[in-house]
Amino acid sequence: MFLFNPDHWQEIGQTVRKHKLRTFLTAFSVAWGIFMLILLLGAGKGLENGVRYQFRDDATNSIWITPRRTSVPYRGLRPGRSVRFTDDDYRMVRDTIGGVEHITARFVLRGDFRVRYGDEYSTFGIRSVHPDHLYLENTLMQEGRFINELDIRDRRKVAAIGTRVVTSLFGRKNPIGEWIDINGIQYRVVGVFHDIGGEGEQRMIYIPISTGQVAYGGGNQIHRLMFTIGDASFDESKLIESKVVDLLSERHVFDPEDPRAMRVANLVEHYEQFAQLFKGIAVFVWLVGLGTIIAGIVGVSNIMFIAVKERTREIGIRKALGAPPSSIIGLFLLESITITVLAGYLGMVAGIGLIEGVQAVLQKMPSQPDFFRNPSVDFWTAATATLVLILAGVTAGYFPARRAAAVDPIEALRDE
Amino acid sequence: MINLQQVTKAYRMGKQSLPVLKGIDLQIGTGELVSIMGPSGSGKSTLLNVLGILDRYDEGTYHLADTLMKNLSERQAAYYRNQFLGFVFQSFNLLEFKNAVENVALPLYYQKVSRRKRNMKAMELLEKVGLGDRAFHLPNELSGGQKQRVAIARALITDPKVILADEPTGALDSQTSEQVMELFREVNKTGMTVVIVTHEHEVSEKTDRTIHLRDGLILKDDHSAGPSDEGAASVSAPSQSSSVTAEVPV
Ligand SMILES: Nc1ncnc2c1ncn2[C@@H]1O[C@H](COP(=O)(O)OP(=O)(O)OP(=O)(O)O)[C@@H](O)[C@H]1O
Ligand SMILES: [Mg+2]
Repeated sequence: MFLFNPDHWQEIGQTVRKHKLRTFLTAFSVAWGIFMLILLLGAGKGLENGVRYQFRDDATNSIWITPRRTSVPYRGLRPGRSVRFTDDDYRMVRDTIGGVEHITARFVLRGDFRVRYGDEYSTFGIRSVHPDHLYLENTLMQEGRFINELDIRDRRKVAAIGTRVVTSLFGRKNPIGEWIDINGIQYRVVGVFHDIGGEGEQRMIYIPISTGQVAYGGGNQIHRLMFTIGDASFDESKLIESKVVDLLSERHVFDPEDPRAMRVANLVEHYEQFAQLFKGIAVFVWLVGLGTIIAGIVGVSNIMFIAVKERTREIGIRKALGAPPSSIIGLFLLESITITVLAGYLGMVAGIGLIEGVQAVLQKMPSQPDFFRNPSVDFWTAATATLVLILAGVTAGYFPARRAAAVDPIEALRDE
Repeated sequence: MINLQQVTKAYRMGKQSLPVLKGIDLQIGTGELVSIMGPSGSGKSTLLNVLGILDRYDEGTYHLADTLMKNLSERQAAYYRNQFLGFVFQSFNLLEFKNAVENVALPLYYQKVSRRKRNMKAMELLEKVGLGDRAFHLPNELSGGQKQRVAIARALITDPKVILADEPTGALDSQTSEQVMELFREVNKTGMTVVIVTHEHEVSEKTDRTIHLRDGLILKDDHSAGPSDEGAASVSAPSQSSSVTAEVPV
């Protein structure tokens, strides 16, 4: 086998030693190109992870609808009317729209509430919701249960509290079954949850929506509808969205095209947009990276051309001694591939090393920046880069090697 | 061994054509020691390059060891050069980054002979040309005569049918030239065909046959020209330099 013949490696070793500086400069340009490519790819991954992280709190297959004010006249009605959703809208969407999986309404209690347990008190956020709310935020029950249908039906004064609420009000005591006081009303704690959405989400208290509506004078009003749509594709999500918009605009008599009557947040769409953005960034990074590599290839190729010129006499001697063209091509090709691959590999290792280092530093920091997390290079990226390197070596060496094989031995050996 | 029939060659310079060989008929038998002489520009090197399959000729035929050398591909030409021929040049043409053994062994590399075997054979040949102690020296650590002896060893390593030498003594002083010529004579005595291009009478006198070239034609083919008996005797003369061994290579 050509590659396993030590003679070829000895030949390359000799020529590399003979042209140390030149080899070093070539190798450096290739190493630098790969280093930058790996760095860019790692940084791209970091940005992507950052955005994924910001989405982590919410189910990415959900649609949120918040009623607002109409902005265009419709069927003789003036613009500027506020749209008000009620429990009936919740039920209609739940019961008539296919594809809606988990659905909840929210009745929002504005501001922070003074919450007291015994002598301890602090302020927390309150949300009054349906049982399915559990699925819309990534809420994980640690103890007890979340709000259930009976709580809703009987307007029970029960609460599911976040882990931070537990630590600040109860310390090490088990909160399940205890009573807490929210603005003068007593609620029984039925569950404790954890939320990977961060500090704020863990300082939250959930109560049944029906209880919230009564306690804070909301009648049957709701402030927001939220539902998941299973594993619907982006197109399917848009279809479900438009059905819901049609239903609601029909019920509340406003133009379904009116952009201000409701705020519709389709997280599938958002997520898709970000996914698209990241594909774009990845393509851009590869283009820039390939640009650097091509510059490297041109550099190696140029230097190999100079090498061929300098070694013309040597090539002539080899040919006179019976070297077939293939062995001359092999000599230069192997040299080019060896330099490219070795240097590229060093660049790759350096790049991955730097990224791992940055990652280690980021993880040691008390709070990682949200927009840039866990920069990393995966196996496939590295494998692709390696393949690109070998191809680069072949490309860089091919034309100079052809030139070398075409050297006329008589010209090369002529005595000056 | 070598048979040329009406071989012509012209260099094309733009629109003009410069004839260099104008119809060469030449037979050289196995085991001959031949010199080619002639004034500068008469076509000696061109003829030798044609013999060495380094250059193409236009018309006529050239048989080397009964094989027609015409319209060869690069690969075939390389193969025949490697199998049939050994070259010795005026300027030695050793690879300066390889030491003496590696230089001598190089032709066997292209025959895919294992490194151990070819280095062994290269060592043997270096001993025979009297350079066993310089085996691991680089060419720039050797004198001109030593370099040429390394080059001759390299030409011999494939056991070629013909050794072709273009002005092998052109860069050497007269004493070293003599030693190199002795070496050629020893090689020739083993039955190897040797063709030497030269413009030195001292060199052609040491050969058995001298072909005189002028303006691309053979002017005179002098079979009588040969070294005197004293010249041949000097091979085993005690006064001879120890670096040229009396032993015959291969
Ligand atoms: N590549 C070439 N292109 C054009 N003309 C050439 C080329 N090579 C040789 N010639 C011409 O061919 C003629 C013969 O050249 P050649 O080298 O064979 O001469 P030579 O007998 O070896 O001379 P010298 O004793 O000076 O070495 C010369 O006139 C030379 O100018
Ligand atoms: Mg000449």
